[in-house]
Amino acid sequence: MNMDLKLIEHLAKLVKLDLSQEQKELLLEQLPSIIESVEVLNEVDTTNVAPTYQSTGLTNVVREDEYNAQTNLGQSLLNHTQHEVVNDQIKVKSVFN
Amino acid sequence: MLENFTIESLIKAYKENKVSVSEVVSAYYDRIEQINPRFNVYVNTCKDLAMQRVASMPKYDVDKHLLYGVPLGLKDVFSYKDCEVTACSNLLKGYKPSFNAEATQRLLDQGGVVLGMLNTDEFTCGASSETSCYGATKNPYDDSCVAGGSSGGSAACIPLDLGVFATGTDTGGSIRQPASFCNAVGIKPTYGRIPRTGVISMASSLDTVGHMTKTVMDAAIVLQAMAGHSKYDSTTPNVPVDNYIDSVNKGVKGLKVGLPKEYFGDSVDPEVSAQVMKSVEVLKKNGAEIVEISLPYTKYGVAVYYIVSPSEVSANMERYDGIRYGQFATDGVTDLESYYTKTRGAGFGNEMLRRIMVGTFCLSSESYEAYYIKAQKVRTLLIEDFKKAFQKVDVIAGPVAPTPAFKLNSKATDPVEMYLCDALTIPSNCAGIPGISVPAGFTSAGMPVGLQLLAPHFKESTLFQTAKVVEDEFRCFEKLPSL
Repeated sequence: MNMDLKLIEHLAKLVKLDLSQEQKELLLEQLPSIIESVEVLNEVDTTNVAPTYQSTGLTNVVREDEYNAQTNLGQSLLNHTQHEVVNDQIKVKSVFN
Repeated sequence: MLENFTIESLIKAYKENKVSVSEVVSAYYDRIEQINPRFNVYVNTCKDLAMQRVASMPKYDVDKHLLYGVPLGLKDVFSYKDCEVTACSNLLKGYKPSFNAEATQRLLDQGGVVLGMLNTDEFTCGASSETSCYGATKNPYDDSCVAGGSSGGSAACIPLDLGVFATGTDTGGSIRQPASFCNAVGIKPTYGRIPRTGVISMASSLDTVGHMTKTVMDAAIVLQAMAGHSKYDSTTPNVPVDNYIDSVNKGVKGLKVGLPKEYFGDSVDPEVSAQVMKSVEVLKKNGAEIVEISLPYTKYGVAVYYIVSPSEVSANMERYDGIRYGQFATDGVTDLESYYTKTRGAGFGNEMLRRIMVGTFCLSSESYEAYYIKAQKVRTLLIEDFKKAFQKVDVIAGPVAPTPAFKLNSKATDPVEMYLCDALTIPSNCAGIPGISVPAGFTSAGMPVGLQLLAPHFKESTLFQTAKVVEDEFRCFEKLPSL
């Protein structure tokens, strides 16, 4: 498994992680051996084998979208946020610059 | 005051008016205060909420409610309204859910009293509870050893009697392996048997809610309380719930028990194999037929798991953006992007970073076919293994983990070595079938060993009736750790 700092930085960017130099170096040291250990699967012939995503056989489970007047979700969220609340609104970082 | 109560014996004591709920709950808090600092079992207690529950007991009926006044611990991933729940991650410090997990709610509906939150590996990723931001839980039978993981706090809670029972989650063995290390009964039901709604996710196609108890009967009672379809979790099949409590004493006469040769390989400690074989003899003595079977794809289980689970972990961890839950970065933040990246980079511990990065690698467009799809195909073959085996046998028996509890810090620096701890529990998670770890004796050094039993989907009753026979023979729950 060829892995370099550039690939580590690329993956970190994809998954939105700001990593220190030390964290990057540790990952560069450990990730190749983890990836190599799972490559043992290449021994297995999987021609004509379908992948499994769900183990109890359920597909496309849906239900009616019912309105539940009992839950005061808005107030509950205001009471439980760790951010500043201003005029019944949760203050977070602006999305647009 | 406390007599190492089981659910059964505590309910009996309440019915006979020997103790009150308030006395029992207070006695548990005294015991936690005394013992917890040494073993690091609870990461947070919620005495005020518990006392409110005690005050609400007149609403419940000791003859009707399965868990009337029963003190319990929740693994630190079960949402409990107004109680700090952190998944043992720095990222979620201070987070208090605004609702109860469906599983938590069902325990409360039956009269349960939550004492506090139990230690786990960060976001349940680990096999030793050493990746917890609060430090590892220590093994009650030797405090230089791990309690196992990820549900290490839940397992250690049982023999230390810091609660009558505890909840856990099992994604690759996280209930069964610590139960085996700590002399507890640990059940991972069928995938979806207990709703996951409100339980902090790790890997959604594998995560299973379950519990640790002192006895097999208690395990059946708690499953009776929590099992069943929920409209809030679309992965809970609408399959009728068995009468688990009635199944416990059915015995094993005529039951076919399969021994997979792959579960007794060279990597399994001889003392562990020996204890497991002793319990197999017990099943035979009680009328079970022992059949040799083969699960040939077992050796690929760990590799399948360490592609599928990190992939799902990396997707599930996306929600921790510093806005909806827990901690957020302030230093060096210049825009929204840096707010996200700095919050996440500083919040996750090293094992989480490894899994998120491995998962992102496996799901990235260049590797998706070669790694992720390949693993899901081999997963199909692992499932076929079990399907074929269950045409011949009713239940499969083997060790839970290759070794007894290992020393603290002995595997923490080698992730691949740590991943092998779950080699015998992972395949059943991939297949979604139920499994149980039942205490089956001790090594010469006095460390607990569990017997693992596996059954087809929704056949938890078979696990209980088989496990009970082993429990009746060895009565391991009587061997408490010397403190």
